[in-house]
Amino acid sequence: MTTFDLDFAADHFTLFGLPRAQALDLGNLEKSFRAIQAQVHPDKHAHAADSDRRLAMQWATRVNEAFQTLKSPGKRARYLLHLLGHDPQIESNTAMPAEFLMKQMELREAVMDARAAADETALDDVRSGLLNEIRADYARLAELIDVARDYAAAADLVRQLMFQEKLLNEIDDALEAVTA
Amino acid sequence: MALLQIAEPGESAAPHEHRLAVGIDLGTTNSLVATVRSGMSVVLNDVQGRPMLPSVVSYAADGVLEVGYGAEAKQSIDPKNTIISVKRFMGRGRRDIAHIETLPYDFVDAEGMVKLKTIAGIKSPVEVSAEILKTLRNRAEASLGGELTGAVITVPAYFDDAQRQATKDAARLAGLNVLRLLNEPTAAAIAYGLDNSAEGIYAVFDLGGGTFDISILRLSKGVFEVMATGGDSALGGDDFDHRIFCWIIEQAKLAPLSPQDARLLQTRAREAKEQLSQHAKASITVKLGSGEYVDVVLTTEVFTEITRTLVQKTLAPTRKALRDAGLTVADVRGVVMVGGSTRMPQIQHAVAELFKQEPLNNLDPEKVVALGAAIQANLLAGNRAAGDDWLLLDVIPLSLGLETMGGLVEKVVPRNSTIPIARAQEFTTFKDGQTAMAIHVVQGERELVADCRSLARFELRGIPPMVAGAARIRVTFQVDADGLLSVTAREQTTGREARIEVKPSYGLSDDEIATMLKDSFSHASEDAFRRALREAQVEANRLIEATQSALQDDGDLLSTLERAHIDEAIARLQAAMAGEDRRPIDECMQALGGATNEFAARRMNQSVKRALAGRKVDQLSL
Repeated sequence: MTTFDLDFAADHFTLFGLPRAQALDLGNLEKSFRAIQAQVHPDKHAHAADSDRRLAMQWATRVNEAFQTLKSPGKRARYLLHLLGHDPQIESNTAMPAEFLMKQMELREAVMDARAAADETALDDVRSGLLNEIRADYARLAELIDVARDYAAAADLVRQLMFQEKLLNEIDDALEAVTA
Repeated sequence: MALLQIAEPGESAAPHEHRLAVGIDLGTTNSLVATVRSGMSVVLNDVQGRPMLPSVVSYAADGVLEVGYGAEAKQSIDPKNTIISVKRFMGRGRRDIAHIETLPYDFVDAEGMVKLKTIAGIKSPVEVSAEILKTLRNRAEASLGGELTGAVITVPAYFDDAQRQATKDAARLAGLNVLRLLNEPTAAAIAYGLDNSAEGIYAVFDLGGGTFDISILRLSKGVFEVMATGGDSALGGDDFDHRIFCWIIEQAKLAPLSPQDARLLQTRAREAKEQLSQHAKASITVKLGSGEYVDVVLTTEVFTEITRTLVQKTLAPTRKALRDAGLTVADVRGVVMVGGSTRMPQIQHAVAELFKQEPLNNLDPEKVVALGAAIQANLLAGNRAAGDDWLLLDVIPLSLGLETMGGLVEKVVPRNSTIPIARAQEFTTFKDGQTAMAIHVVQGERELVADCRSLARFELRGIPPMVAGAARIRVTFQVDADGLLSVTAREQTTGREARIEVKPSYGLSDDEIATMLKDSFSHASEDAFRRALREAQVEANRLIEATQSALQDDGDLLSTLERAHIDEAIARLQAAMAGEDRRPIDECMQALGGATNEFAARRMNQSVKRALAGRKVDQLSL
């Protein structure tokens, strides 16, 4: 019987009944997630037969995974590009524009200096600047994928964004270390 | 809903009858059992009307053991054979246990978890905990007048996999069907949230006898979503007692104490702490076995001073949990206080100061976990009333990872991931022709393997010889709704699959559990064979009930032939149940399980589709 396999293997967007797009209504995603989880969660099958309980765990795992992927704009874009046949090749393709790399290096140095000086304000400044850039880039990414359908450019931007997200994590670590 | 139920004569197969389910708070100092009775969650008292069962087990030479108040009374007479705070040893090795040198027990080093040498033999913390659970189970069955369908057992949210597995093993050993391991703060949130129809972000601050948890939850429209959790599984009221104990020794300039005197003084220390929750000072007067007199007065100020670092130790994980949840104190609508130790005024003040609001104390901090667990147990057992439905989304408290070259940890499942969750990671060989690979699973946040908790080690063999880096080994972590881990690994380049299932090393094997069960039966009146048969029958009955209920709801998903196949498997199982042998029952249960696999898959599909269809209607009506 294939009915089960078809649905279980459906892509994340189909699973939640959402259009396949980078621009996504998070409220709708969350509502769908909760509606499905309310059906498949192991707690709803705790008194059922073993096979049902195993199935419930697999489904709930699947739904959690799909939700985590779609909730994060970076993961969503990577996943969507992969579905569209334009894998951003995060691991293998590390080519970036020189200008972008210079900028990142400057920022990284600023973070290291601020961390060494335990300068919380400086870290906060870098952080909010970077956050604004990341937000703008995600808006541009949605344009590139959903409207312009320029998947090659989108893949480039996704790789840059991963760079920026990593830097953001480093700033958060630095802030944690400084404020602790 | 149940229009028609076909039951064998003499069998109570009605699927919608009230099933007896309990919630058990297996605490460091005290344990409780609660149930939902006529829609109300209530704690079940013992015959003398006492709600608490001190988590104390005392072993004697004649094989008779005492649990609870009776055991507590033996503390200072026979400290070596009277085990208190056993929860601190669950899933723990010798080096994990704080102040081990001050404890009166004879520890035996065992792989993964310590054991205790008592006059009645070597006992694992799992066995000691099982005695506490058995006592609560008996209390519940006597009080409710029947066999329990299942139980929800609470564990500290910050318990790692080893501690959870040990708790589940203890419950199995006590003959309990574990419906779910539930995190203590989450249980408290259910009791609090349903009672107050709370909505918004809440923090649950849970300081018990031996463990500290902080959970940040979002409560909205019947969903309890844990956003982040943190804590310290070796910090609790016991540590505050210990500070007082040390302070008394210092003040009274006492010589090294005998185990009896030490235990006596610890008890006095705890009493002083409890007094200070109500009064500004407590006097400690005691005559020791050594002949020395102790007469000191402890004030709230001094108590606050000597425990300042302990209080600080609760605040750091609290801040971290808020950060992990991406929130600040301003987002928190209320702070629910849980655990007897939150009665200490310095804790109340510190929490109020951190969150800039008065914490909520309107539910008994010592009962709220058991009450919440009972509510969840009632739901899980299938006793839900119309409209009585909610969803719990909990998280894994500590990251899971694998050891990589140089003793470093590669994180695979990050902390605070919603469970159940599965993650796969690919690894490769680093030598030409390498055919085996050691895999070491750890839990914790630190970068070095040595600083994390070792969960399991296993070797993957039969990798086809290839050049270094060519093999692809995929390791999958699955964390279930109890927060328990299973790991699978397979080599996949050549299509040849080497696949193994791992049970964490500290967990008890099924054989060990069987041996322990047999040992406990040699003292019991009921013989092991009858009991095993009875358990198989109960289990089979549960499976038939579940299947029939599913057939009633969704029988239309099956063709006549498929339906006949399932009906036949049910009939075979029923026939086997009438026999005196458990083996055919097990076989027929397997067969019925196999016959319903596809049916289960279709039902799940249908419910997902219905959930989405429901959503579309919602969207239209907006």
